[in-house]
Amino acid sequence: MNDTIAAISTALGIGAISIIRVSGNEAISIVNKIFKGPNLKEVNSHTIHYGYIIDDDKIIDEVLVTVMLAPRTFTTEDVVEINLHGGISTTNKVLELLLNNGCRLALPGEFTKRAFLNGRIDLVEAESVMDLINAKTDQARDIALTQLKGNVSNLIKDLRNDILDILAHIEVNIDYPEYEDIEQLTNNELKPSLTLLIDKMNKILAKSQNNIYLTKGIKTIIIGKPNVGKSSLLNKLLNEDKAIVTDIEGTTRDIVEGTINLDGILLDIIDTAGIRKTNDKVENIGVQKSLELIDKADLILFMLNMNEPLTDMDKKIIDLIKNKKYITILNKKDLPKNLFFDNINLNNIVEISIINNQGIDELSKMIKDMFLNEQIGTQDYTYLSNSRSISLLKQALSSLNESMKGINKNIPIDMIEIDLKNAWNYLGEIIGETYTDELIDQLFSQFCVGK
Amino acid sequence: MFYEIIVVGGGHAGCEASLASARKGHKTLLITGNIKNIADMPCNPSIGGSAKGIVVREIDALGGEMGRNADKSLIQIKMLNSAKGPAVQALRAQADKITYPKEMLKTLRSTANLEIKESLVEDLIIADNCVKGVILENSEKIYSDIVILTTGTYLKADILVGDTRKREGPHGEKPSNHLSDKLRYYGFKIIRLKTGTPQRIDKKTIDFSKAKVEYGDNEYHTFSFDNKTYYDKDKQTPCHLIYTQPETHKIIRENLNKSSMYGGLSDIKGVGPRYCPSIEDKIVRFADKEKHQLFLEPESLYYDDIYIQGFSTSMPIDVQEKMVHSLPGLEKAKILKYAYAIEYDAIDAKQLKQSLETKVITNLFTAGQINGTSGYEEAACQGLIAGINASLKLEGKEPLILKRNEAYIGVLIDDLVTKGIIDPYRLLTSRAEYRLLLRSDNADLRLREYGYNVGLIDEKRYQQYQQKLKDIESLKQLLLNNKITPKEEINKYLASINTMPIKDSLTLYQLLKRSEINIYQLANLINIPYSDEVQKQVEIQIKYEGYIKKTLQEAQKMVDLDNKKIPADIDYDKIHNLASEAKQKLKEIQPTSIGQALRISGVNPTDISLIMVYIKKEYFYESKSI
Repeated sequence: MNDTIAAISTALGIGAISIIRVSGNEAISIVNKIFKGPNLKEVNSHTIHYGYIIDDDKIIDEVLVTVMLAPRTFTTEDVVEINLHGGISTTNKVLELLLNNGCRLALPGEFTKRAFLNGRIDLVEAESVMDLINAKTDQARDIALTQLKGNVSNLIKDLRNDILDILAHIEVNIDYPEYEDIEQLTNNELKPSLTLLIDKMNKILAKSQNNIYLTKGIKTIIIGKPNVGKSSLLNKLLNEDKAIVTDIEGTTRDIVEGTINLDGILLDIIDTAGIRKTNDKVENIGVQKSLELIDKADLILFMLNMNEPLTDMDKKIIDLIKNKKYITILNKKDLPKNLFFDNINLNNIVEISIINNQGIDELSKMIKDMFLNEQIGTQDYTYLSNSRSISLLKQALSSLNESMKGINKNIPIDMIEIDLKNAWNYLGEIIGETYTDELIDQLFSQFCVGK
Repeated sequence: MFYEIIVVGGGHAGCEASLASARKGHKTLLITGNIKNIADMPCNPSIGGSAKGIVVREIDALGGEMGRNADKSLIQIKMLNSAKGPAVQALRAQADKITYPKEMLKTLRSTANLEIKESLVEDLIIADNCVKGVILENSEKIYSDIVILTTGTYLKADILVGDTRKREGPHGEKPSNHLSDKLRYYGFKIIRLKTGTPQRIDKKTIDFSKAKVEYGDNEYHTFSFDNKTYYDKDKQTPCHLIYTQPETHKIIRENLNKSSMYGGLSDIKGVGPRYCPSIEDKIVRFADKEKHQLFLEPESLYYDDIYIQGFSTSMPIDVQEKMVHSLPGLEKAKILKYAYAIEYDAIDAKQLKQSLETKVITNLFTAGQINGTSGYEEAACQGLIAGINASLKLEGKEPLILKRNEAYIGVLIDDLVTKGIIDPYRLLTSRAEYRLLLRSDNADLRLREYGYNVGLIDEKRYQQYQQKLKDIESLKQLLLNNKITPKEEINKYLASINTMPIKDSLTLYQLLKRSEINIYQLANLINIPYSDEVQKQVEIQIKYEGYIKKTLQEAQKMVDLDNKKIPADIDYDKIHNLASEAKQKLKEIQPTSIGQALRISGVNPTDISLIMVYIKKEYFYESKSI
């Protein structure tokens, strides 16, 4: 059997309480050794007990201990959770006691890994635990919880069954060519069911991508010529002095990052170096990086100053961002207007004044409207919430699109099938039914200790 | 008497096994119950078919005999699925039941190092869990280094017709009554299987005007890559297609309790094949089907028996009379041989290694129906592999194990030893994951090198193959290096063959990728001095290049997992949390790789991750610390 592991499950620091989780065959007997209160070996499963953690005779802390017997526990092993009064030193002391009495310190993600390996949760659920742990907003936490209930697994299983139905039809036709009475499946008969499937998956993907903004945040860059107030805006949004704000052009050389929570939407904001033609080597790197970042960003905040005319550089930026999601921010609305657009068409314009703290709320609202317009209620479970699953779903979808292309080109059905099978395999990878070697190690190394 | 290799049984597996071993220079003895029945075709008069046809090509590519022998004896041949893609096309021939065995016997008799003996084997000589020879029915002992059992359906064979059961093999031959008991005694798990064969009808009593004629193809085909034809394509013997009637179904339903598998015999243990079911099976299982198709196939040019493909049954003979007479054109048909089912002993193929040597007794190999398969082709390819691997073992070399992405033969053997069987195993196209790689046209490209390396392909045939490889490459280059330009006459020609005109210049290679273009049409644009075989090959490789690449990528994933070896001495009890079903299966099958373990039913990806973790960490840690 597995050895018994222990770890601090709550974030280390000064909190009201902290929890140490112990899992394994010896969980109960080890905790019992350092617990003064009822004999934990004799209590019922899933009960909470009041008492003290003791070191020899010395009381370390007053605690509540939850005893859960295998197999109806998170890891399917015996689990004991100790609720302590917070405090780094007390918590560490209790953990140390457990380790001295036969526990091993859990590796990152080991509790979840055990739950997964013991068949208690599937891969999506394991990932959801990770999402849950990392959830920074309420919406994100809700999504992770619904996934933990297995909704996504069912969704993927349904999609796979749909594909399997089509595959089965094709296989019968191929296996018994001499039998004329088996319904011949032609490419055209395949089309309706495939169209339906592609449609379904497109919808899920759209929702999922929206959803990933909720859980993972919207990658946002602030862009504009130097000294337009990008760092000031970032600081305003972050409420802290992270970027250096000065009036000297090109001060912000590094790309500065910050995460803000706009009423439930996460913005991963990146302050960018001002774009301008420069010979300064150090700054040049920053400029190039900005151009690359435009490509990767979900949202671009393009800044202009109301008191300055449009430059060629600005026009170039407009050209770069016109096909992306962007907001045009006109700063310094308090100063005399000197900015005119002529024939240039810009959308989503919001006027602000950072110095006077004007227009910031309007900006927040505009961002929220852009990303929450089609916001999915967290009760609607039909989407995926982590990038690994989404990228696999994308691959599956692109395979299905390939097979559709093949059908339209009149490619033989046994070729079409190759793409269908690939789609089926990709979906299998999402829920761990298609085995890939690296996945598990990779996945669990991302977990933090004690979860 | 001493031989290096003894082959027990002269069916399709036995012929290939003994030829492979003798051709590889090993002193070989083939023991058969009746020399007249060597390479006999007791069931349908055809070779090939979906997937099976590709196996015959693979056998030929490796240097086996079935393809050449079928070419010598076929009376009709066609390419199945010719309207579909190249991955699912397969040859199927009507083989003459007189010519086929006759030609095979001729080949056996003219092969050096090969002796044939008529007798029944009833026991093995075993010492230290290693086979040392065989004991005949008259207690005579013959010694050898290796024994290959290819006993077919002859282990405790029972012929069943209605409620009668007779202990005999096909054609009323004597079965082997004790060998399977001995095998069980030596530690083999014996399973009971069943298969059946339909009636044979006197051709003169059939009114063929009520049937649809089925002709062979109007172009020449051969199973063998020797490409030697022995038939006249304009004089092929046709088959005929008819359908069962409502009356037929009524008769069968009314008499179900008399069929030996549906109650006529209470002691039937054998499990029948799912993919070649009896007619009563089909009528019960597919109750909503109004009719089933039946093919009337000639057995031979030398006698008048017509085989009713699709009508196998174990009904009593009076019911069979009624059933046959209910069929269109067969109202007055004379039944020459009644349909029967045959029940026989087989071993559990999970007790075999991928090389087809048994895990139970060293130097004992088994191949063919004894391993639970059904079909001549399935038997022959196992015989060939057993013969090759027995020889390689004698020579102290590694066995030839074909991977699932290399050959249907690899798929078949891996399925057998990894998944085991419940009913007789028939090879199906759908069993192969990478079927676009396992085509009929490229069997030589996949396997001839192996055949040459094991010594079954001689220098002459190998050079011919090398030339083909060169031709394929140069034709590809030719098409890559030649462009057409958007000249008027070019676009006129393209319009005439129903394809889009071009705006920019285009290589012929690119043009051929268009699905509506075939390579012969390019002959109007450039001189192509290569054989049809080479042209077709190049066309497939170019046209389906993208799909082939995708399949290769998928196959590589499997190969990677197959290359992750599981140590032979792994102790599954030491792996925590392994599901008990998985543990039991893993212990039984002893997979040699992670890939193989993953294919065992009842072993899921979670179990595999546990094994991987164990092997990575604990196994190597433990073995190092010893």
